Formats: sequence, structure tokens, C-alpha cells
Amino acid sequence: MFRNTYDSDNTVFSPQGRLHQVEYALEAVKQGSAAVGLRSKTHAVLLALKRSTGELASYQQKMFRIDDHVGIAIAGLTSDARVLSNFMRQQAMASRMLYNRPVPVNRLVSAIADKAQVNTQEYGRRPYGVGFLVIGQDALGPHLYEFSPSGTSYEYYAMSIGARSQSAKTYLEKHFASFADCTLEELVQHGLHALRETLQQDKELTINNTSVGILSGPGSSFKIVEGPELQPFLSLMVPKADPAAPAAAPAEDVQMEDAS
Amino acid sequence: MDHFPTNWGRPRSEAVDLYNTYPLHNRPGPKADAFTEGVQRTQAPIVTGTSVLAFRFKDGIIMAADNLASYGSLARFKDVQRLIPVGAYTVIGGGGDMSDLQHINHLLEGLIIEELCEEDGHALGPAEIYEYLSQVLYARRSKMDPLWNSLLVGGFKDGKSFLGYVDLLGTTYTASTLATGYGSMIAQPLLRKYVEGREETLTEDEGKKIIEECMKVLFYRDARSINKYQIATITEKGISISESLSAHTEWSFAEKIRGYGAQTQ
Amino acid sequence: MTSIGTGYDLSASTYSPDGRIFQVEYANKAVENSGTAIGLRVKDGIVLAVEKLVHSKLLVPEANRRIQTIDRHVGMATSGLAADARHLASRARDEAQSYRDTYQFPPPLKAIADRLGLYVQAYTLYSSVRPFGISSILGAVDKDGPIMFVVEPSGVFYGYHGAAVGKGSQLAKTELEKLKLAELSTRQAVFEAARIIYLVHDDAKDKDFELEITWIGDETNGQHQIVPKDLLAEAEQKAKDAMEEGFDS
Repeated sequence: MFRNTYDSDNTVFSPQGRLHQVEYALEAVKQGSAAVGLRSKTHAVLLALKRSTGELASYQQKMFRIDDHVGIAIAGLTSDARVLSNFMRQQAMASRMLYNRPVPVNRLVSAIADKAQVNTQEYGRRPYGVGFLVIGQDALGPHLYEFSPSGTSYEYYAMSIGARSQSAKTYLEKHFASFADCTLEELVQHGLHALRETLQQDKELTINNTSVGILSGPGSSFKIVEGPELQPFLSLMVPKADPAAPAAAPAEDVQMEDAS
Repeated sequence: MDHFPTNWGRPRSEAVDLYNTYPLHNRPGPKADAFTEGVQRTQAPIVTGTSVLAFRFKDGIIMAADNLASYGSLARFKDVQRLIPVGAYTVIGGGGDMSDLQHINHLLEGLIIEELCEEDGHALGPAEIYEYLSQVLYARRSKMDPLWNSLLVGGFKDGKSFLGYVDLLGTTYTASTLATGYGSMIAQPLLRKYVEGREETLTEDEGKKIIEECMKVLFYRDARSINKYQIATITEKGISISESLSAHTEWSFAEKIRGYGAQTQ
Repeated sequence: MTSIGTGYDLSASTYSPDGRIFQVEYANKAVENSGTAIGLRVKDGIVLAVEKLVHSKLLVPEANRRIQTIDRHVGMATSGLAADARHLASRARDEAQSYRDTYQFPPPLKAIADRLGLYVQAYTLYSSVRPFGISSILGAVDKDGPIMFVVEPSGVFYGYHGAAVGKGSQLAKTELEKLKLAELSTRQAVFEAARIIYLVHDDAKDKDFELEITWIGDETNGQHQIVPKDLLAEAEQKAKDAMEEGFDS
């Protein structure tokens, strides 16, 4: 059963000039749990919601480190993400080898976008079924990019992808103007509040189901914060019921190393 | 009639085994590619440039090379520019094989265009170009097909000056004064004397005087040099490469040197 | 559309009974549905401009470029699938570089457009690929002066003095035809380009847009560059003022 005759193949344009296979691949991204990214003038953070298949299973991996200065969060097919992130690592290494330069983040994202484009044009392939949020720090400061299976990449101040990401996006659109001057802690708080919007009614963010990726300023390394280390961030969240919600919490209370 | 039964039924190859001297099992067969043996790698440079000098001064880098490309000991081409600007921040000074230098110039031209097409504010600076060149030259020597040059890479970007040396073997080093070829023997000690310890105070004019002095000494001593050279300065303001200059030289002492002046006996 | 459901429109390698290749026509639809791009070939240079539709206010302004540089002196503005545009630009750069490798000379635009036409045409021949969903305006100042071509999804390319592709191309063409392009300076052409993009943008139907303009001419030393910020701002202001006047009269 087809929705129409123009959707079984990525080498076919619909009469409206659309590529249905690509549009379906974008749906695959929405099947994955949500990821949120945002940046200030100095920092960039990623946040993601991890799923687990059951009590006895571990939580999925939602974040990958590409190089010291680049990290990604994914939504969609994890195996596709592993292939692409491997390619990104190679590109990052090649840049260090050939030019002794950390790869400019936009070129890294464009490289996978160009790879993904080929999969939308040739028979016998399928478009990648995964979307990335990429944060990176280079000579021009912190960046946040979105990569999508259609073969495009865009730079954003803040973005969300994955299941129910529209709710997070709504939060981000409302607050992004204030992000530029945020401290790292404030950024994480905004991120957590945005990520929380993607949860189902009875769920909440815990140290088990949340990943935070941090790039703090020039020269720092991408760091993934998970588990007990997350507790100080989660504790500072403004309870959802509070209608006056998400003004970011004061920064000085946060001790990242101390889980108390 | 070929009386060697081991040759029967095989094409005869006088080219490789005229007298059937090889044992049967390792007799040379026809080559896969008839031209393979005809391919030659650069075993020696042909048209060559001599020394390049460079050092740091307070505002950046100053570099010089003369305008001669020699063919053996013949002063063959006398208006060759051996200082090559690469992008907006870097100058390369090249000695050794001039055709290889032109090839390197072409490689870098392609690289710069590739980079400029990105339009993302991440232009290549001297440190990146230096790393690139060292990789290219090392890769080529590892293929036993070296680019027969010694190069100085000088530049200024983001408030920092850079100066490095790389040669046909892929050898690299950086220092505040550098010289290649004959200059590494004749001019380097002079440069060290004039420059070392004064990198942060030397002015451009002082720098040019030092260059002139060194180029003059090199012209006196190096038989593959010419008294016609250019100076490049790379500073915050960008690259500037001078017209050809020449140093004032004095040759009256040479009158009595045998083989130079009019000989009396 | 009468073609739909006939089965003759499912592959680029199939003709319909009346000799059409519908997949190529559908590729043109992808172009017609996206932001307008225009190009002006004037007395002493080239101006390219695109109406960049902004799909989210979270986007970083000016970061996501739509006009690409192919070689020092060559620019390419596209309308259609953005990912395809990057693919074709990458190919164009390879062609330009290959020309330089062979001839040690900056490629004339004709040479690049010619090669790109062949490349794009190859994607209309086989069922194993789809055509490019883009029309590209290529502009350059080469050894013979300013020159401009448009490469269409079918692989054909024509030279133009004024070119427009995408959503507002009809209206833009009408506007371009009113100009005396051969007498305009490159700087004047920047203002005309801004005015036309603002004019053809459909406020009612479309989201926000960002104006992106590049130029090649004496003022850029023959290089393809984005126009300086102050000039762009001035051109945008004038374009907006012109719109106001248009409404008043």
C-alpha cells in the first residue's frame, strides 16, 4: 500500500517537485528521542533525552565526541549516526594532520551534508535516517549546527530535533534572544527546560535519561556529563508547575564535581 | 635456430636476456607497462635558484631571494621572482629546482582557491601552509620522487608572526632567523649576529639594511647568485614585495685575482 | 497535471508518448517552489542576488550562505534544493580547478558552464539517478569581461544579460527587462537587484526572508565577493522606500 506512486524511490520527483523518500527520512529523525542545542557568545551546550528498552537494559547513547572542539547529539537511526560520526572524526583528524588546524566546524557539518545529498540522488541507496545537532568551538567562537538527511546544514542560535521537538523549539524561540550573554550554567538550565518540554506527561528528566554535552570557551574540550554528575544541574531546574518558570537559576551555586 | 629448448614456445626477448643467462624460473618476462622503465624521477635539480633569507623583526617577517635561475653554472634566467605570496598572510621563498617551485606554486594556488570558496572566515595562515607543505614534501620524498626545493615559509596572522623552513626531505624547523642553501652557511651566522635577541625591537628599515648586507656578502661568495634581489615584508598590514634591488659592491680588489681581471701572465 | 498516474513520469529514463521527460519537468517544479535568485550582467561587472527564505527565527543571520563562490572570479546563485546546489557548486569548482591544472589560466565562464551543462544533462539520462532540482545562475568577469549563464535541470544553458529563477522569476524578468543593463555600473546594479528581490517577495504567502547579494567588478578587483554590509544596508533601505512609494501611488 502506497501513499502515492512517487514515494518508493529517492530518484523520483513528485509532480510538485518534492522528494518523498527524503521527507520520510526526516520522519525517521522524529522517531528518535529529542535533542536540544543552544549557544551563547562563549559557550555551547547539547542536551538529549536517552531511551532505554527496559529495566534491565542500559540507556542509549545520544552523544558522540568528534574531536576536542566538536561534539554531536543525534536523533534517529543510531547505526547511521555511528557511520557519519566516524566520517566526521576522520575529517577532523585529516585537518589536524594536513594543516595542524582543528577543523572549522561548518566544514565538518557541510562534509556530512554533502555526503547525505548523494544518498538523495542515486538509486539503490536510502537517505540517512538520522539528524545531528553539532556544537563546536573554532577560531570564530562557539557554533551550533543542525544536519538533516536532506543533505542540508544550517547554523542556529538554538535548535531541537527528534520526537516532540516542536515543544522544545517553542521554548527556545521564546527565550533565545537572552542566550547570547548566558553563563554555562544558565545555558544548561535553558536547555533542560527546553528538553523537558519534549517529555510525555508522566515523565521527568533524571540523571539516567539525560545527557548534557558541554563546550565551555576557547581551548576547552567537549565534555559529556551523565549520571550523578548531572544532579546539580537537575536540582536547579524550576519545577514545571510554576507558571513563572524558566528564568535561569543563579550560577554561583553550581558545583559540577560535587553531586550533593 | 634457437638451440635452447627452454626458450621454445616463448617470445624471445633480446632486450632483457640477450644471451639466455637467466635461470629459467626467474627469467625476466615482458614488463607490464612498456614505459615503466622509461619513467624517471627527479634525481637532480636542473634549473635552480640559490639561497633564501628570512628573519623576524618587530612587526613581522622580512624575507629575500635573488632573481636568478641558473642552468648548471650558467646564469640562465635573470628575472625570476622566487618570493611567492600565498593567500593574504604568507610568503614562500623557494630555492632549488625552479620547475618544482612552480609546481608547488600551482598546488598552493589551487589550495587557496579551494579555501576562498568556503567564505567562512577560516583563511589559511602561514602555520597551516607550513604544515601542508611539510606533508607534501615528505610524502613526495617517501615516494622516492622528491620536490627538489628548500623553502622558507614566512607570514603574519592574528597578531603573530611565523617563520619556518622545510626542504625536499620533509625536514622542518622554525627559528627567528633562517637561510637556505649557500645562505645557510654564509648568511646564517650574520643573521644570528644581527637579529638574535633583537626580534622584538628591530625596525623594518634596520631589517632591510641587514638583508642588503647579507645579500651583498652572498653575491660576493656564491657563484650561483646575482646582484638583483627582492625583499618581502609580511606584517599586520599584509604582504609587500619590493621591486628588484641591488647592493652596492666593490670589485677593485679583484683586479689581481687570477682568472678575474686582465691577466698579465 | 495530465501526466500524473500515467506511469510515464516515474523515471528520468522514460519518455511520455508525446516525447516529454516528466521527471525533468518535475525537477523544474522544485525550482519554481523556492526563493527567487536573480543575476545582472552590467557594463563592468556582475551582481547576483537571492531571496533567502528564512524558515526559522533561530537561524543565525548571514551564516547560511546561498550564493557560492566557484573560483576567484566566478559566483553561482541557485534556486531549488539547497543540497543539490552544494553538489553542483562542488562539481563546478572541480571543473574550474581542472581547467587551471591544464591551462594555468583562470577558466572562462563558458568553459565551466559547458562542463556543468554536460554534468547536469547526465542526470537526466538514467533511471538510477534523478535530475538536479536546481537552476543555477553562473556569473563571472573573465578575460572577455562580464558574462552570465543559467544552467537548468535539463542541462541546457543560455547566456543572459539579466536572469531570474525561482518563485518570483516571472515578475523579476519583467523588471529586469525595464533596465538598461548595458549602461548600469555594478554599484547601481546592486541597488536594482535589492529592489527587484524586495518587489518579488510575496509577503502574504512567504515567511521572512534575508537578502543576499554578491558582486564581481572593478570594486572587488575582479573577485567574487559578498557586497559590503553598509552597501547592502543602503540598498535594502532604498528597496524598502521604493516599495512604500509604490504603495502610495
